Amino acid sequence: MDKNNWKAWLYLLPAVLFLGVFMVYPLVDVFVYSFEEGYNSASQTFFGVGGYNYSYILHDPYFLQAVKNTFILVIITVPVSTGLALLISVALNSIKPLRNLYQTVYFLPYVTNTLAVGLVFMILFKKTAYSDGLINLLINWFGGESVDFIDGPYWAKMFVLCFYTVWVVMPFKILILTGALASVNQDYYNAAKVDGTSRGRIFTRITLPMISPTIFYLVITGFIGAFKAYSDAVALFGTDLNAAGMNTIVGYVYDMLYGNSDGYPSYASAAAIVLFAIVLTITCINLLISKKHVHY
Amino acid sequence: MKVVLQNLTKKFPNRNKGVRSDVIAVNNFDMEIPDGKLVSLLGPSGCGKSTALNLLSGLLKPSSGKIFFGEDDVTDLPAENRGVGLVFQNYALYPHLTVRQNIMFPLENLKGAAKLTKAQMQEKALEAAKLVQIHELMDRKPNELSGGQQQRVAITRALVKMPRLLLLDEPLSNLDARLRLQTREELRRIQNETGITTIFVTHDQEEAMSISDMIIVMKEGVIQQTGRPQDVYDSPVNLFVAKFLGTPPINVFAGEVKDGSLYIGQDKVCTVKGAANKPVWVGIRPEGFELDENGTLSCSLVGVEVMGRDITVISNNAASESGAIRAIISAENRVDTSAPVVRFNVKSNKIFLFDKETEARLDCEIG
Amino acid sequence: MHQTEFERIERSARIRKRVLRVVIYTLLTIWGLIVLFPFYWMILTSVKSYGSYNSEYIPAFITLSPTLENYAHAFTAVPLARYFTNTLIFTVVTTAIMLVVTVLAAFAFARLNFKGKNLVFTLFLALMMIPNELVVITNYVTITDLDLRNTFAGLILPSVTSVFYIYLLKENFSQIPDNLYYAAKVDGTSDFKYLMKVMVPICKPTIITVAILKIIECWNSYVWPRLVTDDELYFLVSNGIQSIRENGFGRENIPAMMAAVVVISVPLIILFLIFRKKIMAGVARGGMKG
Repeated sequence: MDKNNWKAWLYLLPAVLFLGVFMVYPLVDVFVYSFEEGYNSASQTFFGVGGYNYSYILHDPYFLQAVKNTFILVIITVPVSTGLALLISVALNSIKPLRNLYQTVYFLPYVTNTLAVGLVFMILFKKTAYSDGLINLLINWFGGESVDFIDGPYWAKMFVLCFYTVWVVMPFKILILTGALASVNQDYYNAAKVDGTSRGRIFTRITLPMISPTIFYLVITGFIGAFKAYSDAVALFGTDLNAAGMNTIVGYVYDMLYGNSDGYPSYASAAAIVLFAIVLTITCINLLISKKHVHY
Repeated sequence: MKVVLQNLTKKFPNRNKGVRSDVIAVNNFDMEIPDGKLVSLLGPSGCGKSTALNLLSGLLKPSSGKIFFGEDDVTDLPAENRGVGLVFQNYALYPHLTVRQNIMFPLENLKGAAKLTKAQMQEKALEAAKLVQIHELMDRKPNELSGGQQQRVAITRALVKMPRLLLLDEPLSNLDARLRLQTREELRRIQNETGITTIFVTHDQEEAMSISDMIIVMKEGVIQQTGRPQDVYDSPVNLFVAKFLGTPPINVFAGEVKDGSLYIGQDKVCTVKGAANKPVWVGIRPEGFELDENGTLSCSLVGVEVMGRDITVISNNAASESGAIRAIISAENRVDTSAPVVRFNVKSNKIFLFDKETEARLDCEIG
Repeated sequence: MHQTEFERIERSARIRKRVLRVVIYTLLTIWGLIVLFPFYWMILTSVKSYGSYNSEYIPAFITLSPTLENYAHAFTAVPLARYFTNTLIFTVVTTAIMLVVTVLAAFAFARLNFKGKNLVFTLFLALMMIPNELVVITNYVTITDLDLRNTFAGLILPSVTSVFYIYLLKENFSQIPDNLYYAAKVDGTSDFKYLMKVMVPICKPTIITVAILKIIECWNSYVWPRLVTDDELYFLVSNGIQSIRENGFGRENIPAMMAAVVVISVPLIILFLIFRKKIMAGVARGGMKG
């Protein structure tokens, strides 16, 4: 056994090394940074220890805008994408012909580059001097006024961002939900049918409770994912998200790092920790609610 | 309520690619199930008996033919509107609902004039639960119950709406042997008390024989024989039915009818009237043998199993088609296990002759 | 109940079923179109000529004179081939190192005994909860301090371990019966040889799944590469696309931009179509994007 002991550590060594350097150490360090006031990356010095970094970002209008944007994005996209995915999965589960084809098509956004396809969305929604863009064309057909979704009013931009985010997260949700639906024993449905249960009641009394653990899993991971939104916004509005007024919390963190003179890792750390605290709180609330409502 | 099936057929597309022909799971069923009886659909697995059950419940639509409940043609009526009770092999109890909620589930679906108040539902559920003796488990969840208890809940759920027809799909196969025995008596009792026409699907012939008023033996989608269990056992219409009923199974020999006598190997076993000279299959029930020093059938003795009430003599015969021959005789007999040969006389009502090609029973008198 | 009432029920059930079917297929087809349309549009735009694209005030849904000039332009006007090679190197090397690291660690957890194994494994699992955003800041500083910005090492090193994949592989390794290990030991097989000759081949499906998921992740990664590279020579496709968007072909050459987007999207879509079942099963087992 003794000999085995050091050999086992040898197998673990690379993983421990990489995780130590790039995960455990940074985890500690980010807290340290967030309390070091006036840190200067060039000279690696700081003035003192305290909560100034937090106070700074909490008074930074860009950060507040980013928090607001992120919350709006989360509150809209999580319910919409989960509900839509549920609808589509139930529909998908009730057909036989073409089911595989639909499933394959629906999964495509998962394997595409968010940045690249975001560009396509941008040109679909963008209004330029040459053309109002395809979406505006459709709006005009239905008698509406053209809107610039990319450089225009806030709500138009938020709409595109939400739309694209939903488009991007749907494949995962549909995949997981169709899996959950398919794994419900068909006998439950047959039993309910023989007992004269209507479709609506089968859905609310049997299907939903049976897949409720999966739905809550998707809601929780959906919240976490949506709070970390960033590259979707970059794809649509470019890297200068602050100027577009469409920054997200994660975007703020990166902008702080990437900014002038080697960035401000202290502010970035404080913002990242605020984000982490928000996500943790929301996840805990979700777990509490799910304890009450999930049926197993 | 009686149930009538007319030319009922169900085909499924063949799942193996390249094979174009359909699989016929239920082939031209034509029969009447009398009111208030307990009827077993019996056959080996894959013979289409569950398909037949699902046609009755409405979960499957027949390819052709008709189904009547009483005088009503229900062939195209959706399962929701048929008012049958169905018990599944794995019970299909809703895991997120309590026993009470499970039992009340079918009642909550009632609409219009039949709609019940909450209190009426509670009362009905309790009444049904008492009949099946699970009223003390009402607030448990299914996963807190034993297999036997789950089974009872499933039966209660099927009974609570007082169905016109109760269907049971292999309801005992997930229970252990002792519980199976107990539950099947219970089923018999409940059926007697409620008088609901009940159809019971099983592959276990002993189960079917012991509780049914009538059995229907199926093979590959085709009904082989229907009748009272004892009648079918005593007078099987073909080799399949003869082999399928009875434990230990019937002993089968290759024999020959020659000039009014039946020969197995060189032995002239008995006389036969009304059969032409030709090779036949001979089936002899295990209890059809009698030890006799001067018996007409001689076999080489292998051994003896003493079972208390009776003993099983195991022997070999070159003409046997079903391996070692098992003969069950009263324990009062003494068998000399050192003797190389054992001789039997055969009881004439326990021996059946079947056509070599069609395997149909030959109509003849055996003496 | 009367026969006429039965017929009414049967008829309404039939009609309802048919209506429902139409509704379901309509819904599914609409979503299918929403998913596919951006792909169609990017391919369509990429084969329109610069002139004809810009003269369409109302965008045309088809083009009668497709051209490949945008593709040529995409490869010549910006170093698209370079981005492509970079991404390929980054993806292959990261995935390869990741496989080695995770397989070794999973083997230690699944098969070997050592003091504190449970504690270490619990710590590993706890790391799964840590969001990337929290550690990226220090990693950025670390890589900068090590002078690894604008190098492949800087791009690759922070992303070669995945606690989740170690967990996934460990679960799979644990399912292999112990008897095989003892049999191999009796035959004098070393641990490492047992790992390579027995465990890895048996768990090949999981390993392939992990590899594919990692490839997708690498191919689409944007945030980390953006932080540690500002030299075009080390841009990956995502960063390349972003820089094309911001100052590439002169802002308005949309068809060339779309050609670049098509070129970038095609490899993963082909990979997906080949390994469709594996990828979908792998993602269902817990792959979160990013």
